[in-house]
Amino acid sequence: MSEPAPAPAKNDDLLVALKIRKEFGGLLAVNDLDFAIPTRSIVSLIGPNGAGKTTFFNMLTGLYKPTAGAVIFDGHDVTGKPPHTITKAGIGRTFQNIRLFPQMTALENVLVGMHSRLKGGILGSILGTPRVRREESEARDKARELLSFAGLRRVDDELAESLSYGDQRRLEVARALATEPKLLLLDEPTAGMNPQETVTFLDFVSRLREQRTLSILLIEHDMKVVMGASERVTVLDYGEKIAEGTPHEIQHDERVIEAYLGKAATG
Amino acid sequence: MSSLPTNVPVILAFPSVASCVTILVFVIMAVGLNVVVGYAGLLDLGYVAFYAIGAYTAGWLASGQFQQVNFHFGASGISSEARGIHITIWLVLIFAAILTAVGGILIGLPTLRLRGDYLAIVTLGFGEIIPQFVRNADSLHGFDLTHGTFGISPIDSPGFGQRLHDSVGLPLNFQQSFSRERLFFWTALGLLLIVIFCSMRLRDSRLGRAWIAIREDETAAGAMGIPLMRTKTWAYAGGAFFGGIAGAYIATFNSGAFPTQFDFNISVFLLCMVILGGMGSLWGVVVAGTILAWLNFDGLGNIGSWFNSNVLPASSQIDVPKYSFGIYGVIIVLMMLFRPTGLIPERRRKREIEEATHGGPLDESLYEMRGADEPGAGERGEPGKIPRG
Repeated sequence: MSEPAPAPAKNDDLLVALKIRKEFGGLLAVNDLDFAIPTRSIVSLIGPNGAGKTTFFNMLTGLYKPTAGAVIFDGHDVTGKPPHTITKAGIGRTFQNIRLFPQMTALENVLVGMHSRLKGGILGSILGTPRVRREESEARDKARELLSFAGLRRVDDELAESLSYGDQRRLEVARALATEPKLLLLDEPTAGMNPQETVTFLDFVSRLREQRTLSILLIEHDMKVVMGASERVTVLDYGEKIAEGTPHEIQHDERVIEAYLGKAATG
Repeated sequence: MSSLPTNVPVILAFPSVASCVTILVFVIMAVGLNVVVGYAGLLDLGYVAFYAIGAYTAGWLASGQFQQVNFHFGASGISSEARGIHITIWLVLIFAAILTAVGGILIGLPTLRLRGDYLAIVTLGFGEIIPQFVRNADSLHGFDLTHGTFGISPIDSPGFGQRLHDSVGLPLNFQQSFSRERLFFWTALGLLLIVIFCSMRLRDSRLGRAWIAIREDETAAGAMGIPLMRTKTWAYAGGAFFGGIAGAYIATFNSGAFPTQFDFNISVFLLCMVILGGMGSLWGVVVAGTILAWLNFDGLGNIGSWFNSNVLPASSQIDVPKYSFGIYGVIIVLMMLFRPTGLIPERRRKREIEEATHGGPLDESLYEMRGADEPGAGERGEPGKIPRG
């Protein structure tokens, strides 16, 4: 099987990662990966545990600085920029192991997501100027809307940590949406969900794309999850791209079966 | 204040008005430290540095320290011939707060990249450096900045000036008034209310949410678009601002700023107030600050003398205030054992503890979900045979 061709950087790509590379000391986690996310698409990145998916993800969101390579988002070079700058540029994310603000309410969690879109300063907040008050009450209305859009009802004033696991996942998405992203990165969003919850959640994800003009990058190690939901699947193993194509193509790719499903089948 | 009870059981005497002023100033500082430690979760062991900067700013801007110049602006009760810088205390309080906030930013910029213990150690260092500096800065290339161990004294007193005195009856100058201490008391109470108000408004603002988010999960906060360094620096500056006001006010009340005032113990003492009140809980910190400050300045002495005269035999009297820090330590340990969230817990912390003791719903659902997911794990291979699982 020939080396997969690097994704061509077309003009309608929202995000392009060029020869991106990450080394941790002697460990090569991501090896010169080329990756593109077309505007308004749902693409997936899969691979066995330890394949470098989350490392790649963390480079896109600024948590790690790439050792080499570049990330172009929406026409701007965001390589190695701090997370808050990248969030402001329009990349929202969730975390593999839920990272809500446990002791803030659901509503406050969403409000924190809006941070970079609000302007209220110190003096305005202390004095309670009409502008800041209006902005705050509009933000609250919008946060409530987002919560109900994410299917969270009557939990506005519940602490994030007291929500059920599925609701915490939803709240993380609502919080990420509050940053007004153009690209939403979901890191194993269905981890720990039962099959029924997974179906509901994936349904929600496709609804998202339709209603919010979003591109979505889904990370999964569970292949079954991404097959129905995404238009293009990229497979990563040992930090390298081993296959890329439609879910159908991927399911029949020999290298993928060998490196990924094959081991499970023979296991 | 003369109408107040003077013979309360055990407490013995209601604190004198002068003690009340000091207590209020310490509560102002505790509220300031609560912004840094309670809201933003940054452990600051050198808060006394801000207190010192505030006090010395008052010394520079409202005393005869700089004999080279003769600058007067709105100062009351000072002869216009008096040399030095004499700016009205009302402005000096604001200048001191701003200058201390700038000091907070300068200290914060290099240190706030550190997390947890490291930040605590560096702030501890700064808390030691500032008093050492003021003790030794009496000859910076021949320039006397702080007057060394003698400190700066006298420092001007607040007042409203001749015109307001004549037209509205406001006091001309606190120091020269017969009710000096009462004037200082009511002004301190006013300052405390302003500080509480600001702290409350900040907590409920966009910035306050960002502080709490950083305290809760710094990585997630950054990913939600919060600029970590800037936001933490603002917390530091906010805490320093309040510390500066307190420092300047105590300097004008004592009519002096002395290096021996700014001991490391004060940083710890203020931290005790925040912990005792409940980190992040504004009212808890106010109540705990009042109690601890009272114990420190009046209470322990009173309780000790009551104890000595009523319980202990004359042959084995003990000097209770000597054991103050031991007593505070015991109080903190008891608090941690019986009321770990503080006297008046912050709403969210209280619920955290309650849920933790009754088995949080989070744990339950996690358990359920993980269990339900087990069958789906089959396609990743048999458990234990997952490649690099």
